[in-house]
Amino acid sequence: MVSIRLEHVSVLFPIYNGTSRSLKNRLIAAGTGGRIGADGTRHVVIQALSDVSADIVHGDRVALVGRNGAGKTTLLRVMAGIYEPEAGNVVIEGQVAPLFDVSLGMDPESSGYENIMLRGLYLGLSKAEIAVKFDEIADFTELGTFLEMPLRTYSAGMYARLAFAISTCIEPEILLLDEGIGAGDEAFLEKARHHLDAFVRRAGIVVLASHSELLVQQFCSKAILLDQGRIIAVGPISEVFEKYRQAVA
Amino acid sequence: MNPKKAGLWRSRPSNKSKHTQLAKALTDIYDGLNRWELWGTLGWQDIRHRYRRSIIGPFWITLSMGIMVGALGFLYAQFFGQPIRDYLPFVALGIIIWGFISTLILDGCVVFIASESVIRQLRAPLSIHVFRVTWRNLIIFAHNSAIYLVIMLIFGIWPGARALLAIPGMLILCLNGIWASFLIGLLSARFRDIPMLAANIIQILFFFTPIIWNVDQLRSSRLVAELNPFYHLIEIVRMPLLGRSPSLSTWLVVLGVTAVGYLVALAFFVRFRARIAYWV
Repeated sequence: MVSIRLEHVSVLFPIYNGTSRSLKNRLIAAGTGGRIGADGTRHVVIQALSDVSADIVHGDRVALVGRNGAGKTTLLRVMAGIYEPEAGNVVIEGQVAPLFDVSLGMDPESSGYENIMLRGLYLGLSKAEIAVKFDEIADFTELGTFLEMPLRTYSAGMYARLAFAISTCIEPEILLLDEGIGAGDEAFLEKARHHLDAFVRRAGIVVLASHSELLVQQFCSKAILLDQGRIIAVGPISEVFEKYRQAVA
Repeated sequence: MNPKKAGLWRSRPSNKSKHTQLAKALTDIYDGLNRWELWGTLGWQDIRHRYRRSIIGPFWITLSMGIMVGALGFLYAQFFGQPIRDYLPFVALGIIIWGFISTLILDGCVVFIASESVIRQLRAPLSIHVFRVTWRNLIIFAHNSAIYLVIMLIFGIWPGARALLAIPGMLILCLNGIWASFLIGLLSARFRDIPMLAANIIQILFFFTPIIWNVDQLRSSRLVAELNPFYHLIEIVRMPLLGRSPSLSTWLVVLGVTAVGYLVALAFFVRFRARIAYWV
């Protein structure tokens, strides 16, 4: 059974600036009986998430809504297992596929083919598994012989196509999306939308962080409103967006 | 798709107890080893990157090291009044092995810092970055070892079957590179002065370690070399390739350094593994 359960999750970001991060202050602090240490090692801490609890089960399509800095991306990263929280429990059943940055791990000096291989390896596929999907991905990009050229010769749209095609060729149980997915020319966008639609439908759970009500309406069935790292509201999309607009205004 | 093989994440309840932190750290290393296709590819890619679009490509590694070895070899053979036939093979091996060790330490400092974007975008074992760095330096070492082959040909040196002892020697050096990368990579992610500090220390160590000079040239006690673990780390590969066996004390020191290193590095990795994503 695919599920995400968060119990009282809190995430703190220590902000180390040049001084508090250096060894010098630590050594001085040790040498002076900690008097300077009290000042020298104190650093600002940002509470990115505080006491967040949520139960997301199979079939859920959840949107994370909130202002910039509300904790959407941090929460996605907690769900992806990248950040292990300071306090609270995270129980995740199912394979997680985070899709935060479509160009992750792409190498401008390598060819399109090599990049398909590389990105697939990053996603956790073996070379043999990628080989099986290879033609499908190559067809989808519509890049033809350009796949033999190094990536730096690609236009922005071509680049986006390739990245998109590679990132969506897997079949995840839990799909985590950060906004800003999908780029390229109009014709490709149409195709990408269909593809993303099918891709999202295959997943057992989808969590999407976005500001766009349109995008959220298309993919999600309910929404969570975050503000200053706390969950403010959970419910149907229109209600949550109503509250969001009130909060922003 | 087999979840284990796909490497996508299947998490268990997060638990702060020491036991699960140890299990998570070991799982990270085990899963990282299983992802050899990834770090193998990345290691090669690093090399190709550095020499992209140059005509002789990665053989620049061999060429630059060859020039350095040749120049230093002839110069210091004069200084020390040693026959070039004895001195050049010695200094060539010293510099090549030291190059492997020192670059591994310097790369180890930035092993997590340099992979920041991957660490924060994707849930992958942190150990893949360590294996990538070790593998990359092993490839560079292989390129450089061609220099010694040329020197062997020129001077008609044949180290004999003892040379095979260099293989376990190299293996141990790699194992040490792995724990060192884990440890200094983690510390450097938190304290950003460490890479600079390490660069300075390594520069000094080059002169204090018997690389361009021989232990027998020491006028006073040999202790200055014998107490230096880097001397033994070099000897364990250099001696076999010169046709001699590394001494027992060399084996003991190297095995001791490996054991202690792994204990310390593992302790740090168990304790701070989860913090690395926040630090980078």
